[in-house]
Amino acid sequence: MAEGPRIAATQALKDLMEGRFRSLDAASRDPERRVAWCTSVGPVELLLAFGFEVYFPENHGAMLGATRKANQYIPRAIAEGYSPDICSYLTSDVGAFLAGETPLADAYGLAGVPKPDVLVYNTNQCRDVQDWFSFYGRRWGLPVLGIQTHRGVGEVTDAHVDSVALQIEALCEPLGKIAGHPLDHARLEGVVDASRETSRLWRAVLETGAHRPSALSFFDGAIHMGPAVIARATQEANDYYRILLDELSGRVEKGLGAVPGERYRLYWEGMPVWGRLRALSSLFLELKACVVASTYCNSWVFEALDPKDPFRSMARAAVELFIVRSEDEKEKTLAEMVRRYDVDGIIFHDAKTCPNNSNSRYGMPGRLSKKLGIPTLTFQGDVNDLRLYSDEQTVTNIEAFVEQLADRPHA
Amino acid sequence: MPDSNGYFAGIDVGSTTTKAVIVDAGGELQAAAVARSGADFERAALRTLEDALEIAGIPRSRIGRIVSTGYGRRNVPFADDRRTEIACHARGAFESARRAVTVVDVGGQDSKMIVLDDAGARLRFRMNRKCAAGTGAFLEEMARRLDVPIEALDALARHSTRTVSLGSFCTVFAATEVLAKIRAGEKPEDLAHAALRSVARQATEGESVAGPVIATGGVAEHLPIFAEILAEVLQTTVEVPAHAQACGAYGAALVARDGPTTDEPDPR
Repeated sequence: MAEGPRIAATQALKDLMEGRFRSLDAASRDPERRVAWCTSVGPVELLLAFGFEVYFPENHGAMLGATRKANQYIPRAIAEGYSPDICSYLTSDVGAFLAGETPLADAYGLAGVPKPDVLVYNTNQCRDVQDWFSFYGRRWGLPVLGIQTHRGVGEVTDAHVDSVALQIEALCEPLGKIAGHPLDHARLEGVVDASRETSRLWRAVLETGAHRPSALSFFDGAIHMGPAVIARATQEANDYYRILLDELSGRVEKGLGAVPGERYRLYWEGMPVWGRLRALSSLFLELKACVVASTYCNSWVFEALDPKDPFRSMARAAVELFIVRSEDEKEKTLAEMVRRYDVDGIIFHDAKTCPNNSNSRYGMPGRLSKKLGIPTLTFQGDVNDLRLYSDEQTVTNIEAFVEQLADRPHA
Repeated sequence: MPDSNGYFAGIDVGSTTTKAVIVDAGGELQAAAVARSGADFERAALRTLEDALEIAGIPRSRIGRIVSTGYGRRNVPFADDRRTEIACHARGAFESARRAVTVVDVGGQDSKMIVLDDAGARLRFRMNRKCAAGTGAFLEEMARRLDVPIEALDALARHSTRTVSLGSFCTVFAATEVLAKIRAGEKPEDLAHAALRSVARQATEGESVAGPVIATGGVAEHLPIFAEILAEVLQTTVEVPAHAQACGAYGAALVARDGPTTDEPDPR
């Protein structure tokens, strides 16, 4: 397999991730400390302000996919009554739990996933996260708290923000009981400030992809977004992104690209195919095509966060999220990304079990192609369930798409 | 063009059959050969090329450049370059059409629609989703259920007198649907026609067709009624080029003749 230039900061990333999981593991064994499970764009700042160690099952789902163990576990969840058509993060995670196994064992030496004291979701990702957390809530007899975010949001209004802000504030009482103390508002402001800094740095990292050649690819981003998801608002995440940003800025200054000899610049819409991340990265390297930007990696940039108005700004960040926006708003965002990153074509991943992160199903590719004058490609696959993915079909589709770009009159 | 006095070869290693085509420097088709792909793609590619050389009556040394295509395109180590079957079917079909067309290729285990402009440039393309719907594999299964060789579907379907629909696109479910319809007294000729219409519909779903269609692939070549059914389904004219099954190999041979370009993706 072809390999691109290595990012030197990767070792620091591994150290950070290991540190996070070891800390979580220690917290789950310590009766004095509290662990919360949280959805990846849930109210993590609030949980951190209460002093919870926070674990993100979606990250675990991605690990199951990336280690290609998901299909080993999905049948266990199906046997439990979960449909193979629902989120394959959920089915692989629940299946792994039922099997008593976790990739955290091999990666970080953990005996199991860190058991929580409370599970907190936000449905801005999808409804599946609620059902996912409810499985564990029932299993362990633990409280499952949640925020219901609007969907199909066009213009974000005060009504949207008020609604979600009130729901976040309403979490304070039950969380305070579990934490054993009330919310320290000053601490929340500090956490929100740190989280805003993580977003600022992560966005700056992603924007090195706007240069020609792009300093990083979607496949790099899918790995290096780890801290933005599981360690945002922490000093170590912010320190890490400063290191990474320095390195990528150095690439920009030297004109070094993530894909040597970059000829084509692509946008990735939709989820990664975790079990084929490396193979697809290699394919694009061979084709001299760089996936310079993605909706997915940008989903952990929360520009609205404001320490002066923590609840409302957290709410705004949750409602401004791409995934909850209307089709028209999504289309505008994608068009803006294509322009900003000077993209030659868009690849839509239609992930069978992740309809909320698949934006090819209501005519978007055709509309954008017409509006922007660039070709689009839609391929069928899945985030974790490789039974729903065809290597040959996908490779042929992508190769043919790049051939099509090469055949353009101005190519 | 590396050798204006020479010949060029295209080899399409498909999931079911391997096709080889030789063209001269002017792009004229000199020979086409077809063989089963089997389990050894490299061997199938070599054997089919040798067959084509024998038909053309020229030695291998006169082949200036070879381009491989098809699912086994990476398994042809003696090829000088490779292209996807999307590119090669488009190239081969456009050579005979020379106008804006939509190419509908139904192969053994996939199908594709490729929309070309009047210069032969690809505007867009779409492959079948990850199942046998709209492919030759679907017809093989239907023929098996009807207990006839796949080649016999054409003659059988021509005797159809009644329109029967197969609702399922899943090959296995459609097979059980055929069994249920046989039990219900439907005639094999009507079911053969229904199976071909199902492939025509499934292979072309998801792409609006505004102009003439070129049908390529083994189904179009060996079951001529398929083009007629396709024309009825799409409400447009459908042409089947000579050597429709070898159209991808023909396109690959033309790509070989055109020679490398600076913008080739060269994915090897």
